[in-house]
Amino acid sequence: MKRSAALFLTFLKIGAFTFGGGYAMIALLENEFVEKKKWIEKDEFLDMVVVAESTPGPLAINSATYIGYKLEGIVGSALATLAVSIPSFIIIFCISLFLDQFLDLKYVFYAFKGIQVCVVYLILSAGIKMLGGLEKNLFNTVILLTVIAAMLFCSLFVVSFSSVFCILISGAVGVSVYLLKKIGEKNKK
Amino acid sequence: MIYLKLFLTFLMIGSLSFGGGYGMISLVRETVISNGWLTEDEFLNFIAVSESTPGPLAVNIATFVGSSQGGILGSLFATLGVILPSFVIILLIAAVLKNFMKYNGVNAFLMGVRPCIVAMILATAVSMALSALLGISSVTDSIVPDIRSAVLFAVLWILHFAYKKAKCSAPPPILMILLSGVLGAVIFRFEI
Repeated sequence: MKRSAALFLTFLKIGAFTFGGGYAMIALLENEFVEKKKWIEKDEFLDMVVVAESTPGPLAINSATYIGYKLEGIVGSALATLAVSIPSFIIIFCISLFLDQFLDLKYVFYAFKGIQVCVVYLILSAGIKMLGGLEKNLFNTVILLTVIAAMLFCSLFVVSFSSVFCILISGAVGVSVYLLKKIGEKNKK
Repeated sequence: MIYLKLFLTFLMIGSLSFGGGYGMISLVRETVISNGWLTEDEFLNFIAVSESTPGPLAVNIATFVGSSQGGILGSLFATLGVILPSFVIILLIAAVLKNFMKYNGVNAFLMGVRPCIVAMILATAVSMALSALLGISSVTDSIVPDIRSAVLFAVLWILHFAYKKAKCSAPPPILMILLSGVLGAVIFRFEI
């Protein structure tokens, strides 16, 4: 089979069967491309994971674009990205047509009232888990507490302040702290 | 025009959603609620659907919101919008900026963004909990506790810790969703 066709089918499969988010997918990708097909070296794969995690956008799309490009150039990256998105797109589009009718059923409506509580639990536990992975230092603590306070304030007092600004300001603070440190080191010398 | 608006909105979400699926929840929630595309309840329902189906949350939610606002074309535009920034950024890094991750400026920016994303997820979860369990969405609301939701929330956390103790990992989301669906159908059936 031609490599680009295999690339497309592999990502189609990954798009259709990865439940549980990005990290479950990384393991699958490694198994397919590094161990089974040996198309990518282990080191290169690890570099890819770092890039995919640090850039915006879903991990699945990021790694599909990257692996596709490495194997078959720009056509490969377009094929892999398309393949990984198609299953989600079809499944969710079909669900969107029927979800409202489905929710009109009384027991389904009650079930979803329970599930809404579960989603709050899922988001909170994801946040707590990420909090555990964050390095404990003054910088992180200050940003963390400031952003939490600002967002809760805006939400409770109905001030419209997009979290886009939180992301950009925090990034700018990161860069400023880095520059200040650098200037400080130069002055010492 | 709704197609252009969907495309641009999801383009913005795609370019700024650091930190994987949950990292984009705050941005998506703000956007879809302030545009009147989904209510808070509909948003929560959809997150559950997305967690129970394969594929990235970003693509799922773009397809869903696009479809509800503009049919199949709407969902195509929204999905294209959310994918495009990833595609372009990764191509640039893979092809041109091979040492992208080695620039100090990039790492300094990410150092600032990382705690911010965690904070956004936690703040979003807390304001969702306040609204779902206590009926408070702004300071002017009086507290109307929803006892059944609060009990269910407590049960889920007890199970979470019990499972973690037994298996050393958090319970799979789909299991917790199914369980709360069943419990929900039982406890919300009866008026108190």
